Amino acid sequence: MTDIAIVDYGMGNLRSVQKALEHVAPAVSITVTSDPDIVWRAERVVVPGQGAMRNCMHELEARSLREAVVDAAANKPFLGICLGLQMLFDKSEEGDMQCLHLLPGKVVHFPAASMKTVDGQKLKVPHMGWNQVHQTMEHPMWDGIAKDARFYFVHSYYVETALATTIAAQTDYPFPFTCAIAKDNIFAVQFHPEKSQSAGLTLLSNFAKWTPNV
Amino acid sequence: MSLAKRIIPCLDVTNGRVVKGVNFVALRDAGDPVEISRRYDEQGADELTFLDITASSDNRDLILHIIEAVASQVFIPLTVGGGVRQVDDVRRLLNAGADKVSINTSAVLNPQLVAEASDHYGSQCIVVAIDAKKVSAPDETSRWEVFTHGGRKPTGIDTIEWAKKMQSYGAGEILLTSMDRDGTRNGFDLALTRAVSDAVDIPVIASGGVGNLDHLVDGILQGHADAVLAASIFHYGEFTVQQAKAYMAVHGIEVRL
Repeated sequence: MTDIAIVDYGMGNLRSVQKALEHVAPAVSITVTSDPDIVWRAERVVVPGQGAMRNCMHELEARSLREAVVDAAANKPFLGICLGLQMLFDKSEEGDMQCLHLLPGKVVHFPAASMKTVDGQKLKVPHMGWNQVHQTMEHPMWDGIAKDARFYFVHSYYVETALATTIAAQTDYPFPFTCAIAKDNIFAVQFHPEKSQSAGLTLLSNFAKWTPNV
Repeated sequence: MSLAKRIIPCLDVTNGRVVKGVNFVALRDAGDPVEISRRYDEQGADELTFLDITASSDNRDLILHIIEAVASQVFIPLTVGGGVRQVDDVRRLLNAGADKVSINTSAVLNPQLVAEASDHYGSQCIVVAIDAKKVSAPDETSRWEVFTHGGRKPTGIDTIEWAKKMQSYGAGEILLTSMDRDGTRNGFDLALTRAVSDAVDIPVIASGGVGNLDHLVDGILQGHADAVLAASIFHYGEFTVQQAKAYMAVHGIEVRL
């Protein structure tokens, strides 16, 4: 029995998510898998992912993983990372893609006209590097993590949620955008906990033992 | 407070060891890559860059084992470059645990490689490394030419135009090395760094020439770099990454402390 299934749909570096989880939860059985049955049966599910949304949605379908991911997002502790956050929403500007429609809202590109600091310096896209994550709600996934801890980001698109009550954290670049969402058994982040040293490892460790109240 | 400027120690690796050259030649042994990576991680490095400078193709797979070992112990972004010739090389490095792959000579020989790799794996993991050398006379407008093959071959390509082109091909970041400064410890080529960083919308990592902590500060404040890369000042224990960050913070640069 797999405790944590990391969904492999061919998008990006899953090994680092696996290594980081193994590091913080050595007693837990962790499987990187593209087998929908294993995802269906797992106790917890992580959906990571980098790259283009078009390929992401295509690969989920092609590997018959979509239903298993939707089921996990409805029924068990679910951690979405980067594309694994973005795919939960209705649609993405990236390739004008329909996504999973599990959360209301859309995924948009950093607007070129806004990408300046207050003193006029150009801000680069992708938003790449360590930025502060301002927690906006109490949540067991934040246990042991400083209020404005820095996490590693690398993305050009971000989510605009229509459900403000699900915002778990925001980051400024240069305006505040949603970088973490929490709703029932779903926790999903734009940043990469698996690459965010101690703060990231703490978040993954919290996920391995999180019991959502649903 | 917002996005921090990054400090990236660079590890030149050959035959499984970290080495450091001066002006791309005269290599000196600096130690075991896994051990050094762990040390930099503990010191607060924001990322690590590995450049595989192994000459013989026999030992190419060594870097994969090194990256695997580092990636299971160090949980910060890892960039790997050197000898990346085809999309399959990108795949193998990402599977070994690299987060980004840096493409240098092969981008010049086959720019389509950058487009294909970024289309397939996403711009976020494709870094184009540029080795640039000043070719203008002192009384002319500054002009820097792209060199390939570890700095041995001139290409006739203008560095700024090349950086813009690589951005349009899907590069997610530029790793910009001044060949004139690399290994000299005289500081970055600030004019080059600034010219490239201001010309593109993607992040630029300044590289080549760091000899003291002021050079790092200058790279950010005057060179407009988004990240600074250095090797020898860290390898031989002169400065820790922590000291570098503390120094940058004192000079008003936002860093991850």
